[in-house]
Amino acid sequence: MTDSAITAPRRRGVPLWTQIIIWAILVGLLVLVAVTLNRSQQGTVQPGDKINDFNMTMFTGYELNGASQVNLSGLHGKLVMINFWASWCKPCEQEAADLRTAWDYYKDSGKVVFIGVDYVDTEPEARAYLQKFDITYPNGPDLGTKVSQLFRIRGVPESYFVDQSGVLRHVQIGPFTTMDEIRAIIDPLLQ
Amino acid sequence: MKKLLAISVFVLSFAVLRTSDASAQKPTPSDDEVNRIAHQLYCPVCENTPLDVCPTEACRQWRDLIRQQLSQGWTEDRIKQYFVDQYGVRVLAEPPRTGLNWLMYVLPPLLILAGAFILFRAMQTWIKPPAASPNPTPDTEAPRDHYIASLEEELKRRG
Repeated sequence: MTDSAITAPRRRGVPLWTQIIIWAILVGLLVLVAVTLNRSQQGTVQPGDKINDFNMTMFTGYELNGASQVNLSGLHGKLVMINFWASWCKPCEQEAADLRTAWDYYKDSGKVVFIGVDYVDTEPEARAYLQKFDITYPNGPDLGTKVSQLFRIRGVPESYFVDQSGVLRHVQIGPFTTMDEIRAIIDPLLQ
Repeated sequence: MKKLLAISVFVLSFAVLRTSDASAQKPTPSDDEVNRIAHQLYCPVCENTPLDVCPTEACRQWRDLIRQQLSQGWTEDRIKQYFVDQYGVRVLAEPPRTGLNWLMYVLPPLLILAGAFILFRAMQTWIKPPAASPNPTPDTEAPRDHYIASLEEELKRRG
């Protein structure tokens, strides 16, 4: 027998630098998906969370003490009730009258501020809604949905009570049913 | 005569002005014109529903808003920017090519190309005949059975 050593052909693999790049891209994509999923699973802000400062421009005629721009940080020292609503939201109509009554009750105390945030709406319809229910507390549009994203709301109506130091104390998902329900939340927070 | 001429000039001037007023009015935008822009926007409230086909009352109001803006002479870009300012970037059917949004435009073609390349390389290995296996060397030969070796030796001796 002849000694004929036939060497197997050398396999050409993917270059190392290419493999590193591909793995880096895959890992980067996985991280991006993980961050996005985590954010979507977070849910609304919860009591005890410190609420980041935000700025809103109020509708003309619905300013806060004459100021068309409202900052949450400027309201420190007061209990702030932030109510997300929309003119196309039927459940919002259920609580509109109670919110108006509650505002009339607390506005002169100087300790409580109601802020209405109009969520993805059009101004003419929003104004019609405010006039229909004779709402007088400060209201403004959520431009770019920045404020609703800050609170990570799931829908409307939702109300958030932020205490005098900017910490969220109570979350109301859905409409209030009575004025007493609103007072039961606010009065303990004022003590 | 001069008085008649003055009156005629006045009447004609009035007629011309009225005509020019009429021609300056913009016609009401048609549904097609409104929907052409609405198709590029998504309902800010409904999930994955283009504004031109969204059946809700709120969407009808937004389409009316587009119609009003078109009749005021707003351009398509200005209307879309208005909706972005009001409702956020997510209202656009086509995300802007900024920041991480570029990944949505670049990644799918890249992944398709990468997949095609991998498939091509795989098919190359399927088509190529396998390399011939080397002849076994005496060292690699399996040890022969002692009985078989003895048998072959006997057969040689006998002839």
